Amino acid sequence: MTELLTAVSNGVGQGAVYVLLALGFVIIYKSSHVISFAQPSFMMAGAVLVSHLTPKIGFWAAAVIGPLLIGLVALVVERLVIRPMVGKAVFVIAIITIGVDIVVRVVTGAFLGVDPRVIGDPWGLDTVTVGGVQIEHRHIAALVTMTVVVMLLIGFFRFTRLGLATRAAALDQEAAMAQGVNVGTVFAVSWGLAGVLAALAGIFASGGQPLDQNLWVIALAALPVIILGGLDSLGGAVVAGLLIGVVESVVRSYHRDWFPGLDGNTGSLAPYVVMLLVLLVRPQGLFGTKEVQRV
Amino acid sequence: MSVSTHSGHRAPMSTGPARGPRRPRRLWGRPELFTDYRQDMAFLNTRPKQLGVLALVAAATLVPFMLEDDLLKLLGAGLVLAIGAIGLNLLTGYAGQVSLGHAFFVGVGAYTAAALAGDPDGRYLGFGVEFVPLWIFAAGAVAALCGVIVAPLATRLRGLYLAVVTLGLVVIGGYVFAEWRELSGGPQVGRPAPEPVVFGVELTGDGTYTEEQKLFWFFLVVLIVMAVAARNIARSKIGRAFAAIRDRDVAAGVMGVELSRYKLIAFTISSFYAGVCGSLLFVANGTFGPERFSLLLSVQFIAMVLIGGVATVSGAIMGAMLIAMLPRIAGELPHYLSFVSSSPTDHPNIFEVEVAFYGLLIIAFLLFEPRGLFGIWLRIRTYWKSFPFSY
Repeated sequence: MTELLTAVSNGVGQGAVYVLLALGFVIIYKSSHVISFAQPSFMMAGAVLVSHLTPKIGFWAAAVIGPLLIGLVALVVERLVIRPMVGKAVFVIAIITIGVDIVVRVVTGAFLGVDPRVIGDPWGLDTVTVGGVQIEHRHIAALVTMTVVVMLLIGFFRFTRLGLATRAAALDQEAAMAQGVNVGTVFAVSWGLAGVLAALAGIFASGGQPLDQNLWVIALAALPVIILGGLDSLGGAVVAGLLIGVVESVVRSYHRDWFPGLDGNTGSLAPYVVMLLVLLVRPQGLFGTKEVQRV
Repeated sequence: MSVSTHSGHRAPMSTGPARGPRRPRRLWGRPELFTDYRQDMAFLNTRPKQLGVLALVAAATLVPFMLEDDLLKLLGAGLVLAIGAIGLNLLTGYAGQVSLGHAFFVGVGAYTAAALAGDPDGRYLGFGVEFVPLWIFAAGAVAALCGVIVAPLATRLRGLYLAVVTLGLVVIGGYVFAEWRELSGGPQVGRPAPEPVVFGVELTGDGTYTEEQKLFWFFLVVLIVMAVAARNIARSKIGRAFAAIRDRDVAAGVMGVELSRYKLIAFTISSFYAGVCGSLLFVANGTFGPERFSLLLSVQFIAMVLIGGVATVSGAIMGAMLIAMLPRIAGELPHYLSFVSSSPTDHPNIFEVEVAFYGLLIIAFLLFEPRGLFGIWLRIRTYWKSFPFSY
């Protein structure tokens, strides 16, 4: 039982990272109906940037400035390569984001260096024991951050003019334009927000171990999360992120008992298998809007 | 410009013997005036195209005599990649189904061929089939079978959902390849690739001609067969159905195109091409490991299709050749740009530059020339055709 609870607590922490990433995907998708494959590279860039800033200005300042800078990078990328493509086929824009991902990842890799880099977060691998279950501090931090971010996002979308404009543009771009919404600004804001969220996720994804190129693989697992939750549902991203985090962690810790013959841990496969199984039943994901076809 | 007329008109009354349906004819001095749909859709519908293709094939046949072996090896790999790119172009370019899972099907083909042709008494799974066309075909067939199995899920999804699901396929496939050590040799180790023997001539090994020369010709023949087949699929009923689905799937369904059936066909054919590509891809290298069939390979195929030209067979070949040459181009860079290093521990090094090239090329082509290399060729052609006028 303790083992299961430990796995679940780890899973919730990991899931919180997925949620942060997935929210970025969903925000971009809602505004422009594009899956941005560049998110994983922004996450990596965020982690590397914070690891460079921490020794100079301390972790807390770095954890604020780093994501903001990555958000700025995302803004620039949006302005340079995404904005000219507005109105083109969605698939084309998605492929462009794959190109962006590759370039940003290579540039980030150059800053990774040869020596192992660490984020330098204050919680490291410390744990607190609650009822026999060891809970890692970094997982608590991730969960708290995620909760705060979700609250802020809800507030932003519900109570600010820009949030209202974003929701309007997500509903119907042309109608929003006709009402005076600057759709370009909405795109920029969504990309900037997504960049910030990705960088935040990067800080928690790499906690407790040196940064490496494989960080990007973690971010890839956020893709099943958004598909599972439904591409256009913020709530779905939260539920699916935590769900996939827990499933992955449980499979990972019971891997030895369930699949004794397999060497590679099946935990990393779990997100994709869950996604495939759910899509067989619900092609639009758990909370996605069902596609209406008009002839 | 094409003008089609009814070819089934009854011939005017005449005193001569009764004629059948009027044969489509060409007007002297008007090579591009088509009087028949058949003519317009012909395999190579103008004389310059026929001559041009003939000249290209002849030039490609002679290339092995003129180039160094190491360059030839790269070009040979490019020919094989072109087969896979044509397959992805049929699925993504013609039928409009975005797949990031092409690497998985390539992997299935590669392992099927390696296992069939492998030594039965060796360390890895092998059946000792020596008849080359058989294991090439079997590699395609097994990959196509995987395509058929995946298709029912894929046909329920559209656009980006499909892209992410096929990405999951690469991840799951990569795991299976890495775990099935008897088949793949395990990660970082790999297994030997099949060694083709055609008409009693061992292609891997130097003889009258070097290994690279023989393999180049072998790959060229397979590519020509596959390319002609693809072009013919594209101009048949199936190809028209693909294009209808790509342009608007709802409208295609209304017109009577069975969506799930044709999406299934698209997946099957595309996977078959991927399998054939996989069966040959590592022949030149001699050995390959399971980590090669990663997302990067899928992205490379996407890049080939987009850089070459969406929904064109010749574009896919051009794109594949360019992508195959990228490592070489990146390798030459340190001679011209002093800040690019050839050592993997420095930054920026040629390996990073090479990967970054994929990304930059994809972005640049989509922004500035969405029709790819084929589009550039069209511009050049139009410029000279209408010279000295601009249009």
